[in-house]
Amino acid sequence: MTGSSSGSGTSRALGYAPAPESRSVVDIAPSYGLFIDGEFTEPADGGTFKTVNPATEEVLCEVSEAGAGDVDRAVRAARRAYERTWSRLPGSERAKYLFRIARILQERAREFAVLETLDNGKPIKESRDVDVPLSAAWFFYYAGWADKLRHATGGLPAHPLGVVGQVIPWNFPLMMLAWKVAPALACGNTVVLKPAETTPLTALLFADVCRQAELPPGVVNIVTGAGETGRAVAGHPGVDKIAFTGSTEVGKAIARQVAGTGKPVTLELGGKAANIVFDDAAVDQAVEGVVSGIFFNQGHVCCAGSRLLVQESVHEEVLAALRRRLTTLRLGDPMDKNTDIGAINSAGQLARVRELADAGEAEGAQRWSPACELPGQGYWFPPTVFTGVSQAHRIAREEIFGPVLSVLTFRTAEEAVEKANNTPYGLSAGVWTEKGSRALWTAARLRAGVVWTNTYNRFDPASPFGGYKESGYGREGGRHGLDAYLAPDGPDRRGHLGSGTGPGPGAVLEDFR
Amino acid sequence: MSTERLAVRKTYKLYVGGGFPRSESGRSYPVTAVSGGFLANAARASRKDARDAVVAARKAFPGWSGATAYNRGQVLYRVAELLEGRRAQFADEVRAAEGLTRKDAAAVVDAAVDRLVWYAGWADKITQITGAANPVAGPYFNLSTSEPTGVVCALAPRESSLLGLISVVAPVVITGNTAVVAASETGPLPAVSLGEVLATSDVPGGVVNVLTGRTAEIAPALAAHMDVNGLDLAGAPGDLARELETAATHNLKRVLRPCAEDWAAEPGLTRLTHWLETKTVWHPVGT
Repeated sequence: MTGSSSGSGTSRALGYAPAPESRSVVDIAPSYGLFIDGEFTEPADGGTFKTVNPATEEVLCEVSEAGAGDVDRAVRAARRAYERTWSRLPGSERAKYLFRIARILQERAREFAVLETLDNGKPIKESRDVDVPLSAAWFFYYAGWADKLRHATGGLPAHPLGVVGQVIPWNFPLMMLAWKVAPALACGNTVVLKPAETTPLTALLFADVCRQAELPPGVVNIVTGAGETGRAVAGHPGVDKIAFTGSTEVGKAIARQVAGTGKPVTLELGGKAANIVFDDAAVDQAVEGVVSGIFFNQGHVCCAGSRLLVQESVHEEVLAALRRRLTTLRLGDPMDKNTDIGAINSAGQLARVRELADAGEAEGAQRWSPACELPGQGYWFPPTVFTGVSQAHRIAREEIFGPVLSVLTFRTAEEAVEKANNTPYGLSAGVWTEKGSRALWTAARLRAGVVWTNTYNRFDPASPFGGYKESGYGREGGRHGLDAYLAPDGPDRRGHLGSGTGPGPGAVLEDFR
Repeated sequence: MSTERLAVRKTYKLYVGGGFPRSESGRSYPVTAVSGGFLANAARASRKDARDAVVAARKAFPGWSGATAYNRGQVLYRVAELLEGRRAQFADEVRAAEGLTRKDAAAVVDAAVDRLVWYAGWADKITQITGAANPVAGPYFNLSTSEPTGVVCALAPRESSLLGLISVVAPVVITGNTAVVAASETGPLPAVSLGEVLATSDVPGGVVNVLTGRTAEIAPALAAHMDVNGLDLAGAPGDLARELETAATHNLKRVLRPCAEDWAAEPGLTRLTHWLETKTVWHPVGT
């Protein structure tokens, strides 16, 4: 492995000179307020917290922590915007706002990519080539739905739900915002969004995009904070729907909090995906997929292929190729355009990854990492592969959410499926084989919401994403993603109106009139 | 001296795993007609019976979900055929359970048969409505299809002993799930008789399991069971619904919350789609 920041790469045949992206394109204010009703305002009853660059531990700025009163203000602003403007607009007008947002995201792409990398620690080439373009694409895709919703529901009348509370994670801060906000607004809802505590900055920059797009005040409100702020959003009686992406533990807590209130909930939670490599797979392609499956975004991916299931007969060959490939990965400065592996997002997450990796060793699995020099400052963890892993090991059962791969073996396709499904999660899976019938046979038996065959970690706004079992419920992306933000036959179809405040006077979408 | 013939009464038992066990607890409870007269002693299922039913449903899931949709449609249609032949018996039982006139009870049974036929037809069509070929921005084949969520437990509506029961069970099984249903506590006899119809049809044992007894006793065991994937609260007593939904969060069951339903109206797709998961499969396109 090459430490791109340390310069040790010069000793290798394929060394690269440092190629840092300039951070001059972003302008980070010393402190940020809460974005409520189209304005940045000081928190009334909350405090402040600092957000740091995880690659350097440099404090980037101070951010407001929204208290319950601030969340209440945001929900009221969203309610006003819902009743007075947003739900009354024809779908074609909502569409144009969303198209504007998509275009502004494209225009300011570099700014967003740099800010995302500074705040999150992910390599600039990922924020530049994946997070930001996909975020723009998400708005572009759902913009087009806003005036076509009756075609999505088979002609049945539908209503927006009202004020939507959205809580998103730190692994893809802007992209998760886009996955949540774009379909919600397209369907006529207004939004109170809480970004993750460690990565609030691109959401706050998105507030500026809303202003540039002249989005009516209150349609999007952004309340920064930690778990307590998220609980206030999910528990607010004026919130008509909760959409959450994050850990299964918090997802269950939200489901408990909402039980009995009649509020609709969608949850996109954890995973422990199996990446199954059959003996006839194209090994080099499979290894590329396995590497991107677990080391993309430092493994901070809910659908990461964290369990590699290799057919016994090719175990040695695949592992040798995998180790060879890992020695060429470049870990270091996330702002360097050649960097493959960036920083772990926070000290807390680093401690969790370390704890589970240590448990793997303690339970008897064999740990391996390429020779790797970690930067002296910041939060870092080397790409790590465990072999000799049994299904009972914690590293085979628990979501590590870091660059740690657990390798298990199988003999028959039936055994592969059995092991792949032996988890309470069911978000995603991978299958590598050159035989079409075997790929389809396996895909049909995997209890997972997304199955990548001969590829991995592909995302697209047109493609539904979401899990089975304890990976949550609901889908994001595609026509299916609209279901999370529409009440197909009216909110009272199941005898409830969510919070009781119900939809506003403009509730029946123009598109359905 | 001539006497009127003494009727041979039926013993009403549970229907679990294709068999008719009594409750393992040995308990029963008296079922009365709406008019107040004694009808029968029904088995009073225990929490252990509920767990046994879940085991049976799980065991039946791979086979049933792996059957072709065409096959499942035919099997459910055959249930309708058998029910049609026993309309008189079911009309009597529904009449006693719900206090209906003879004519109204017959109409309810007819509607129940028709409901089965309606759902049977959905077996090989629903995924054509819910699925999608997704035009992703890259060289990938990308297809979303619907799959059953797994084992679904349903609390059948209390007030509609046959039509309501069939309206909650049919959408569960036609989509490839397997079911454990807690029958209407006050009117369980049509549910047990439906089990007899199922047992003599082509529905594999364990695909539908019928429990009778106290809903408040059975439901918490089903709601908290970690090998159950879905929970239909149609017949949940109001004060119990919140507690059951909370218990269901332990493994994030898909919960269908209780609401006012007109069981006679044509159902929408909600009860079908609620027990389906969307699976999206990607594959590269290239030479």
